[in-house]
Amino acid sequence: MNESPQNRAECDIPFQVNGKLVAVRVYPMERLLDVLREELGLTGTKEGCGEGECGSCAVLMDGALVNSCLIPVLQAKGAKITTIEGLARGEQLHALQQAFLDCGGAQCGICTPGMILAAYHLLSTKPQPSLEDIREGLSGNLCRCTGYEQIVEAVAKVGRRGSGG
Amino acid sequence: MSTDRIVGQPVPRLEGRDKVTGQARYVDDIELPGMLFGATVRSRVPRGKITKITFGAEVDWREFVIVSAKDIPGKNCIALIDDDEPCLAEGMVNHPEEPILLLAHPDRRLLPHAVEALSVEYEPLPAIFSIEESEQQSQIIWGTDNVFKSYLIEKGDVDAVWEKAAYIVEGEYRTGAQEQLYIENNGMIAAFDPQQGVTVWGSMQCPYYVHKSLVKLCNLPPERVRVVQTETGGAFGGKEDYPSMIAGHAALLAMKSGRPVKIIYDRMEDMAATTKRHPSRTRHRTAVSKDGKILGGEIEFTIDGGAYETLSPVVLSRGAIHAGGAYYWPNIRIRAKAVATNTPPQGAFRGFGAPQSLFALERHMDRIAQVVQLSPVEIRRRNLLKPGETTTTGQSVSEAIDLRKLLDRALRLSDYAAKKERFARENRGGNRKKGIGIASFLHGAGFTGSGERYLSSVVGVEGRTDGSVRVLVSSTEFGQGTNTVLCQIVAEALQLRYEDVGIAQPDTQEVPNSGPTVASRTVMVVGKLVQSAALGIRQTLEASGLLGARYSPEEFRAAVRAYVAKNGKLQSLARYEQPEDVVWDDQKYRGSAYAAFAWAVYVAEVTVDLTTCSVSVDDFVALQEVGRVLHPILATGQIVGGIAQGIGFALYEKVIWDKGRMQNGQMTNYIIPTSADLAPIRVYFEELGNVHGAYGAKGIGELPMDGPAPAVINAVEDALGVPFDSIPLLPEDIFDAVTRKAGRESISSVAEDGR
Amino acid sequence: MRARPADYELVAPGTLSAVLSLLAQEPGEWLPIAGGTDVMVQYSAGTLPARKLVSIWSLPELRQIEVTPSEVRVGAGCTFADLRQHEIVGREFALLAKAAGWTGGIANQNRGTLGGNIINGSPAADSLPALLVYEAELVLVSVKGERRVPYGDFHTDYRKTQLAPDELVRSVCLSRRFSGYYAHARKVGARNAQAISKVCLAALGRLADGVVDDVRLAMGSVAPVPLRLRETERTVKGRRIEPELIQVASRAAAAEIRPIDDIRSTARYRTAVAGNLVAEFLERLSVAGPAQK
Repeated sequence: MNESPQNRAECDIPFQVNGKLVAVRVYPMERLLDVLREELGLTGTKEGCGEGECGSCAVLMDGALVNSCLIPVLQAKGAKITTIEGLARGEQLHALQQAFLDCGGAQCGICTPGMILAAYHLLSTKPQPSLEDIREGLSGNLCRCTGYEQIVEAVAKVGRRGSGG
Repeated sequence: MSTDRIVGQPVPRLEGRDKVTGQARYVDDIELPGMLFGATVRSRVPRGKITKITFGAEVDWREFVIVSAKDIPGKNCIALIDDDEPCLAEGMVNHPEEPILLLAHPDRRLLPHAVEALSVEYEPLPAIFSIEESEQQSQIIWGTDNVFKSYLIEKGDVDAVWEKAAYIVEGEYRTGAQEQLYIENNGMIAAFDPQQGVTVWGSMQCPYYVHKSLVKLCNLPPERVRVVQTETGGAFGGKEDYPSMIAGHAALLAMKSGRPVKIIYDRMEDMAATTKRHPSRTRHRTAVSKDGKILGGEIEFTIDGGAYETLSPVVLSRGAIHAGGAYYWPNIRIRAKAVATNTPPQGAFRGFGAPQSLFALERHMDRIAQVVQLSPVEIRRRNLLKPGETTTTGQSVSEAIDLRKLLDRALRLSDYAAKKERFARENRGGNRKKGIGIASFLHGAGFTGSGERYLSSVVGVEGRTDGSVRVLVSSTEFGQGTNTVLCQIVAEALQLRYEDVGIAQPDTQEVPNSGPTVASRTVMVVGKLVQSAALGIRQTLEASGLLGARYSPEEFRAAVRAYVAKNGKLQSLARYEQPEDVVWDDQKYRGSAYAAFAWAVYVAEVTVDLTTCSVSVDDFVALQEVGRVLHPILATGQIVGGIAQGIGFALYEKVIWDKGRMQNGQMTNYIIPTSADLAPIRVYFEELGNVHGAYGAKGIGELPMDGPAPAVINAVEDALGVPFDSIPLLPEDIFDAVTRKAGRESISSVAEDGR
Repeated sequence: MRARPADYELVAPGTLSAVLSLLAQEPGEWLPIAGGTDVMVQYSAGTLPARKLVSIWSLPELRQIEVTPSEVRVGAGCTFADLRQHEIVGREFALLAKAAGWTGGIANQNRGTLGGNIINGSPAADSLPALLVYEAELVLVSVKGERRVPYGDFHTDYRKTQLAPDELVRSVCLSRRFSGYYAHARKVGARNAQAISKVCLAALGRLADGVVDDVRLAMGSVAPVPLRLRETERTVKGRRIEPELIQVASRAAAAEIRPIDDIRSTARYRTAVAGNLVAEFLERLSVAGPAQK
């Protein structure tokens, strides 16, 4: 049998995701990214690099933007996590999601969940960001399709309206 | 055009809502019951004979499914153009990362550990890693001479021009490998059922390419192989042929285990093992008249294809045909070849040979300008093609394109003249030097020459039981807008609402083969077929008496419902027919290479900070004639995205090789621009129409890849007065050149005979 | 993802004293992990040697910033975001706040900690040159108590520090005496964001009657450890900033550093750029310095 020689134990880790309390029984060093995707079936959060460089795995943890591929799930115990699935209110898209659709901010879509959350986080700290603020705020999220232009436009659109927090 | 209600409008991206809500399902989001995970054991040497494989004692191998070349039911190859690339190495390896064995296990986390526990021993053989080493032929690693393919393109009598030339200008230009870096890594899921055969789902551009290769590999009849494309997170050519390899691997594991198998690469594996843009070397020798007109030239264009042939002949073809660019060459000889090295096979990347040869040409035009003492603007003005003139392959420019006017407009939009003058003045002092550079170019859309005829694409449009209409194509969406634009076309053709039209998921069981999603052909070629098939549906309904000449969308819907209820099926197919005026000679490599060219002039403004020798692109004007803009937001998105990749190609993206293996296969170390690195890119379109394209559209997906690198490097030379002929151009390279300026080596040589 | 979670143990005792007890009981056995922005990258790549980890993320004792009249004590568990948001850090220790904004993207700044940056010991870490010029002191803590060490001596070799196996960094102490200095920092990376530095400079200078009264220069990515350029400082101290002096200082910097060729850059380039960065600082100091009073 290919059991781990160290025979570590799984543990119960409760936390909140998108407003709901969840509890998983997993190894403490499972990445939060994998727990979200595999245990909880929330596949909206993506893995692009596994090194915290591309931002596709970004989620909000207690209001802060973080790369879930770099977080051991034990450290998420008791935290409030928001994933892309938690942004829309039923059928009603969040203003950022709508703006991404209006402006062409999503092409292949793989960077989009992390990018939208990064934008959400930016607007929560700077409700009316300058274009430079936007570019800096999103600089931890790599996009290969858009060249960023239409993403920045989408975020600026929401920022101007001041309705993005 | 103004009567078009949907084409030309920024309708919402068809699958956009799923993408912004995280509902879109990419291959790694999908799970099948009883699914195993697969991994690949790869070569650690560039070339050698496999002498021993040891399965480490720390792993219980009984739990694993293990597949080797011996398990391949059909032919051990990834069928593409020729069948030289093995699916699994058998005895010999010819590049680092070459697949040798496959493993599968229910525990995904156990696999990397197992891969490490497997050791392969080799008897190494001498390996080669560069174009020059390959040409030396001291080691023959492929065929009889290391040459995958060569082409000769000739026009006029180039040997006679040298003695007439007032100037002879030479140059050598190089481009490096470039990694596509789609943010979604390659992945496949395969399942096998003895009755139904093999099914694969995954990230890909070309379902029927995968289908063809699985048929051969698995020794199954075509109807027992089914390929389905899942939502694909970026491709750019990097998922044109490689998916056949990974699909083959997953299929073999599924066949042996009887369970579904998922293989997803992590970033390090994807970067190191899969295809990249072919490195290139281009040598120019050009005869120029006293007043700066090109009399003729010789171009030697060589690309490094890696260890196996894969797509190299086609990349070579496009690169060779584009090597003369948008200028009139009365006489030319282009010798092109693709050579083998012991590196992972290279493949398709947006532009497909043209960014390489056009980089060389556009740099060379600036060199010619210097020698002839004309400005970069003037040298282009005097040589750009005019309607009625012929390209390097003898194709007549048959549309009313005025390239000089296009050039002028780009110069106006970029404030070129004033900036050039101001920069020259301001550069005299200080540490920050500014420059402005131009690239004028073209890109042929669709498959080259007889390629489209050979593909013989078929599309379908069907009416459904609920009265809606659906597009049936194997053309895939991977961000560029396939779904949206094809549905726009049908809605426009049938006078329906955009919401009335859908598109089937590309599934070889459900859709005909509309050809691969490559070569900027989808909107132009496939779109036109889709338009035609849509009209076929209407004709059928009219002929059946269910539809009048004028109708509302609701009436159409009712007619479809009625027809399907009565007849069971409503489907219209359209097959590609080569237009009569597109004639190509495959033997002589002459004639109409492409049904349509898009034309462009790009202008880049840069600052070089000599404190660090870093280059920033401060302004970028992209002006292109594209036939017709079918969707303004999608079209602009394609241009901006392509330019970002082109700037990366020029200034940031370096593959660091060590004995054939990529050393910087992490996103930390392979550098693409972030949002903080790119200035706003200003995009402008002109529309001349295109009889060979849907609603007048030309293909634009690859066009924006061709111009940025030479425009940027031309600008850097303008800023520093030092030539750079190799990309990527990193600050370290600029530093080396600037400090070496006194003893500068340059391949450029000039012969002026005083006439 | 090349690590097998089943092979690892991670515990989170929740208080500093509990963590210290664990480290004392089994010194060298437990790898502390704070924000994980370095450890988890190694883990994912399958190259993390440690199998037992103890979480020190967000321990209240470590994640606070204490301000006294004479010094600011930054808890080692403060994130780079915490540093960027702190008013006094921004005002009096601008080089540190600036470096915090260079360290990865926003998501990594929300998790990466100053203590982690220090202990990871990479000479390329953005915030370490700032700590050198501010002549920070570290408070190290174990079950035996606290000790205070000058940061300048803390890095002993490439990725090696003075930290004992049972110790943690508790806080980084910054003396509040730099308001009168002209502060300048520049990082040279492969791109504008999310770049490991090829060279970076943190510098403080003060002029008195047009003469350099004090100058502090520190660089990253030019030696096995973050480097304080004391030789170069000596060439400048007490002198007037003139073109010739700038050249001398620039050359001294190039001679004092020991950069290498690596995957990111070359020794030759780093050497030249280091000299240029020092020159740039001195030029700016000569213009802005007098205004600092």
